[in-house]
Formats: sequence, structure tokens, C-alpha cells
Amino acid sequence: MTAEAQIGLEQNDKAGGFNPEVVAGEKIALEVENLNLFYGEKQALHNINLQIPDKKVTAFIGPSGCGKSTLLRCFNRMNDLVDIARVEGAIRLNGSNMYAPGVNVADLRRNVGMVFQKPNPFPKSIYENVAYGLRLQGINKRSLLDEVVEWALKGAALWDEVKDRLNDNALGMSGGQQQRLVIARAIAVQPEVLLLDEPASALDPISTLKIEELIHELKNDYTIVIVTHNMQQAARVSDYTAFMYMGDMVEFDKTDTIFTNPGQKKTEDYITGRYG
Amino acid sequence: MREKFFKSGEHWVWFNAGAIAISLVMVVGLLALIAVRGLGHFWPKEVHHYELSLENGEKAHVLGELYEEQSPKGAQDDSETQLLIKNGNREVYGLDFTWIHKKHVTAESFPSDVVVLERREWGNFYGDLQKVIIDGAEVGNDKESRYAAMLARINEVNDVFEDIHDLEKSDIGSVNYRLEELRLERRRLELDGKDTREALAEIAAQEQQLKNEFEDLQTKLNALYAEAEKDSVVVKTIEGKELTVNFAMIVRAFQPNKMTGLGKVGHYFEKVGEFVLEDPREANTEGGVFPAIFGTVMMVILMSIIVTPFGVIAAVYLHEYSKQGFLTRVIRVAVNNLAGVPSIVYGVFGLGFFVYFLGGSIDDLFYPEAKPAPTFGTSGLIWASITLALLTLPVVIVSTEEGLSRIPKSIREGSLALGATKIETLWRTVLPMSSPAMMTGLILAIARAAGEVAPLMLVGVVKLAPTLPVDGNAPFIHLERKFMHLGFHIYDVGFQSPNVEAARPLVYATAFLLVLVIILLNIAAIKIRNNLREKYKSLEH
Repeated sequence: MTAEAQIGLEQNDKAGGFNPEVVAGEKIALEVENLNLFYGEKQALHNINLQIPDKKVTAFIGPSGCGKSTLLRCFNRMNDLVDIARVEGAIRLNGSNMYAPGVNVADLRRNVGMVFQKPNPFPKSIYENVAYGLRLQGINKRSLLDEVVEWALKGAALWDEVKDRLNDNALGMSGGQQQRLVIARAIAVQPEVLLLDEPASALDPISTLKIEELIHELKNDYTIVIVTHNMQQAARVSDYTAFMYMGDMVEFDKTDTIFTNPGQKKTEDYITGRYG
Repeated sequence: MREKFFKSGEHWVWFNAGAIAISLVMVVGLLALIAVRGLGHFWPKEVHHYELSLENGEKAHVLGELYEEQSPKGAQDDSETQLLIKNGNREVYGLDFTWIHKKHVTAESFPSDVVVLERREWGNFYGDLQKVIIDGAEVGNDKESRYAAMLARINEVNDVFEDIHDLEKSDIGSVNYRLEELRLERRRLELDGKDTREALAEIAAQEQQLKNEFEDLQTKLNALYAEAEKDSVVVKTIEGKELTVNFAMIVRAFQPNKMTGLGKVGHYFEKVGEFVLEDPREANTEGGVFPAIFGTVMMVILMSIIVTPFGVIAAVYLHEYSKQGFLTRVIRVAVNNLAGVPSIVYGVFGLGFFVYFLGGSIDDLFYPEAKPAPTFGTSGLIWASITLALLTLPVVIVSTEEGLSRIPKSIREGSLALGATKIETLWRTVLPMSSPAMMTGLILAIARAAGEVAPLMLVGVVKLAPTLPVDGNAPFIHLERKFMHLGFHIYDVGFQSPNVEAARPLVYATAFLLVLVIILLNIAAIKIRNNLREKYKSLEH
């Protein structure tokens, strides 16, 4: 029995997948259209359709291996790094397809920042970590860099903790600080979209709380897509939630709706902890 | 009990410990052997006076340093023991060394007045000081004052020799160099068909000027030589034969049997200093090895400069860019096999390809005026460095690749996610982070290259290089020159020397120095690597 058929059997009254009415009235930042992704012969994402609203937090939840990280990594074409990965369909950022031929991937990634599961600061100073993206763009003017580094560190709620040791090695920071540094590094280049791939899963509860508070702050300026294992976290931080299962987008709705009145039996089973 | 021992795996621990202990003992033993034999050479040895009564009833005297005591093969008892004496005075005896039978010795003493003269020719002199003749007149009326006068004069003459050396090497060398340049210039003009009368006249004028300069310097030089050669000492061998030794011949004089402990230490360090800092004398069996140290270090540094970029670029291509498949596997196998090719094969290749083909082509293109004398088309420092770079390329490639594969994927993704292209990610993050691994490769390369001799004999090393590859004549670094090398020096002194006995301690001393140079080069590289490691310690999660 295919996954689709399985879900079909357990359908409630509403239709599964993506329903555009949910985001009616929102400005759309990312639009996914008939996206299929294959790792070699194996299909990892099945015909995904999705619209991610601008300046909102959208969470992807689902059990391990359901394809939520894979989908997230499609948004900045990180899957290009996997030799055997093949993508069909389209993802539009502000209306233009990022999988069209001739798209400059580096430019795309500058517009779509990403924060990974484990903090991955470069073995450089705190200052140079934040300035990295700017230097890539050829910005080397000290005064401008100083300004942006301070702004980005403040944006990531890290400035007060590190302002006296900007030249220390970033690897000497705690895990939570490192993760906020990585967020600062990502927002320093002022992307439109920020992708967070389980940003708090390697952190302690206090650091997790700080990251969640930060996400609240950041959504005023950025479209945020967050992948999380932690349903409470998704409920706390996101405006919209997508539930994925075995490469399918099972349900997409306002977070409140998903957690209080899910339309699909699968979703309900997952969020009530029956599996996953 | 036994079963328990084997079951606990303890025997493996003992195996490992044994293997390590054997390695350590071998390394330490080797170093100790060459250190003791080599460094002992510079200690002033006492001069023995042996009175011999030969089988035919004749009496004989031998004066010299005791080098060795040996029983011939198949000797029955101690009575056949022979002594090897360094009795010097080569112009009298023909050889520096003589064997005597211990059973002939009737008396042995250490006459305190024995003077040893280290000379620029004919080796050491052992004997008594008779007269010191300065400005045609005898100086000093007793032994002490004569000896003191001689020492004073030796110092003066050595200062004169320093002036002579400076004059010959820098001033006259520079004039000769410029004259040669002018000759080449004229030839170039001829070849280009631009040898107009004005141009030639211009060159001739410059030549004349240089020649005048040369004449002046030559006059100065002759005056210095006259000054150095005007005085002499009269010495007497143990047999009573009187010799006149010019001061210009004497490097230093000392009375080993009279020396105090402190005096011996001073003499020792003087000799060690001479060994490390001076040019060789007397077919490399006397004097120092400075040109060889210089050549070794310079060649290794050049080799490092050449091998690092090539090795790193090759590794980056193999690891980051090429599609992993059959071809890359073949290349990797080929690279690893290159590391196993005997070094002399590299020497032959270097001679055929680099020296004759590349160097010959460079001569054809850029130095036609010097032909038929080759400029780059003959073995030289640059070709030796390139050949050794080729030899050590595999280790740099392999360890750099290893380093590249140790960079966490998350770091690369972090950089790419910020909008860096692949090359920017490599350049700004991956390469700096893998620099410790590159240094590891370089350390291995240095260790291999500095000890390599066989290929060098084909592509650039000589027994005696008249000039260093670096001097005061533009362009200051002369990569096409031949050079001296400690490893080859060992071979040359040990096996090509006319004076085998005298050379043997020098073989050990040079070997010790070579090991020391390699250790120092390695320590420098390791220091750099540790700094880099500290700077780029990779993420450990």
C-alpha cells in the first residue's frame, strides 16, 4: 500500500495536502509547485504544493525521514550538493523559479539564509564569522562591517554577551551562543527568507528558549521556515504548520488549527503522540 | 596461568612495548654513535712521542696523535696490536697516517713543547718550533716568547687572509661577473644583428673601466698576499729535519700537551665554529662545510615552495572537483605508486627532462648568447629542487586530501548557505582549515627530501661549488648554479677522499650535522603546523 493510499483511507472530511484558502489574504514569499525529489531511484518528495506566507513563521513537522529537511533544503538548493539528487517542479521566490536554468545559486542562497541543526561557526573570530557573508560580497570597508556586525549580533540577541570579545575564536562560545552567532551570520547578509533546520535540537532548554524568542523577533523582518521535531516548539513559534509524512505534504494549516482541530487523521495521530 | 595471560591480551601489550623499545633504542643509538664519533673529532688530542726499536735493531721516533688501536685479523695475542698514528707532515712522510707495532714501542711520552700547526696545504705539522722570522729577523729568545710571537703573527696574517677572501669573493668576483655580463651582452648584440659600432664601443669602454678596476684590485690583492707571505717559521720534525713554513700557510697553531681543560674547550668550540661556518679546504677533508649546509637548507626550502602549491592543487582537484570514479581511482593509485619509485629514477628523469629538455629549451630561448656554454641547460639548484619536489609530491597530495576530507560537511554547507561559491568556500574556509594537514605533508616531504642524495648527484650537486647560490651580484639568487649538499658531502668525504683516515671522523660529524639540519627544519615546520592547528581547530561535536 502506498503512503498516499494509506492516507486516503484515513481521510476525514477535509481534503489532504495544500489548500490555498488557508493563506488567502497573505502575501506569498515562497511558492512550491508540483515538487518531486528523487535520490537516485528513490523518490523522497511526492508532488509537493505549498505556499509560504511572507513575514510569517512556517513550521514543518513530521516523523523522522518524512522529508521535511529535504524540502527545506530545496528552498536554497542545498540539495544540489548531493550528486544523486534530482528535482522536478518549481519553487518560486517572489515569483521567479529558483530551479529555472541560469539561476545564480550563490545569489539565491544569499537571499535565502539557512541555519543548521548543529551550530557550525567557522573557526574564525566572532567578528569574522558575522562579516563572512559581507566579505563574500566584496564589502571590506571596516566602518561598514563594524556597523553590520553590531546590527546583526543585536538582531540575534547576542551583542551584549560578546561585544567585548569580538576577536575571540567563535569556537570558544557555548552551543547556544554559537547557534545565535550562526543566525547573526545569516541575517547579516539580509536575506528575505530564513530557513531553520531544527535550530534548537542540539541545545539545552535555556538556549532553546532564547532561540524561540529570537524567532519571534525575527519574523517581523524575515519569512521564516523552521523544521522541528518538537511539536510544542512548532506550536509556540509558528503561525502556519505543515505536517509531512513519508514524502507527502499531508496537511497545511494555521498552527492553531493543526494543533486543535487537525483535518487529517494522520496529523491527529502524530500530534497526539500515537507515532513518530 | 599461561592461558590467562594470553586471554587477557597482555602479550600484545608486550609485543607493542617491545617494538617501540627497539625503535627507540635504534634511533637513540644511531644518534649517539654519530654524535660521539663526529663531535669527538674536534677535541684536541694529546700528541704522543713513541720511541721504537725496530726488528733490525734501528731506533725510530714517531710523533703524532693516537687514532686507533687495532689487532689485525687472525692475530694470536696482543703483541701483534698495531697503533694508527696521525703524524702529519705530509711533505716529509707522504702520508698523514702511519701504523706502528705496539711491540716495537720502547717508550712513550707527551713532550709539552710540541707544536701543532694547522696548515692550508700539506695537512697538520707536528714538531718543535725552532725560529720565528719576522721581517727577516729572528724574534724571541726563548720558547715561550717565540711561541707567543708566532701566535700573534698568525692572528695578523689571518686578518689579512680575511681581507684577501673578501676582496676575491666580493670585489673581484663582482668585477668578473660584470665582465662576463658584458661579454654576453656583446654576443647578444651580435646574434641580434644590433652590433653597431657605437654599441660595441660602449661595451668596450665599460669593459676597459672594469679591467682598470680589476687591475687596481689585483694590485691590492698582490700587496695583501705579499704581506701575508713575507714571514715564516722554522720548525723541526721529530727526526730533526728542519722545515720552513710560511705564515701564509698556517691557519692556527696550538700546543695540545700544554693545554688546560678550559683551553681545550675553547679550542673545541673554535673548531666546531670553523666546521659550521667556514669553507672546506684540502679536498673537503679540512675546514668547514658551510656551503653544504647552505645548499641543503636552500634546496629544501625551494623544494617546499615548489611542492606545496602543486600538491595542494592536485589534492583539491582530486578531492573537490573531479568526479569520483574509475579515473580518479587510477590517479590515486598512480600517485601512491610514485611514492614508491626509487629516487635515482627521479634523478634520471630530472636529468633527462628538466635539465636537458626544459633547461636546454630555456637556454635556446633566453640565453642564446651564452651558448655553447649552458646556463640552465646543466644541472643546478633549481633542477634539483624541482626533481625533489616531484619526488615528494605524493606525500603532500595524500596528506592534503586527508585533511580536506576531515573538514566537516557542516562547515562547507555553512559557507555555501551564505552565498559563497564553491571556490570561495574552498579559499576562505576549507583550505585554511586543512592547512595543518598540508603542513603535515610538507613535514614528511622535508624529511624525505633533505636526506635524499642519489638523485641530486645527477641534477645539481657538486663536490665543491666555487660560489654560493646567493651572492651580492644581481639578481642575487642564482638558481642555475650548482651547489653543495651535506648528504653528498658525506659520500664525497667518506668514499672519494684521498685521505680516508682523516676523513672518517668528518663523515660522522657531517652526518650528525645533516641530521641536525633535518631536525631543525622539521621542528620549524611542526611549530608552524601547531600554530595553524590551534588557529583552525576543527569542530568536535
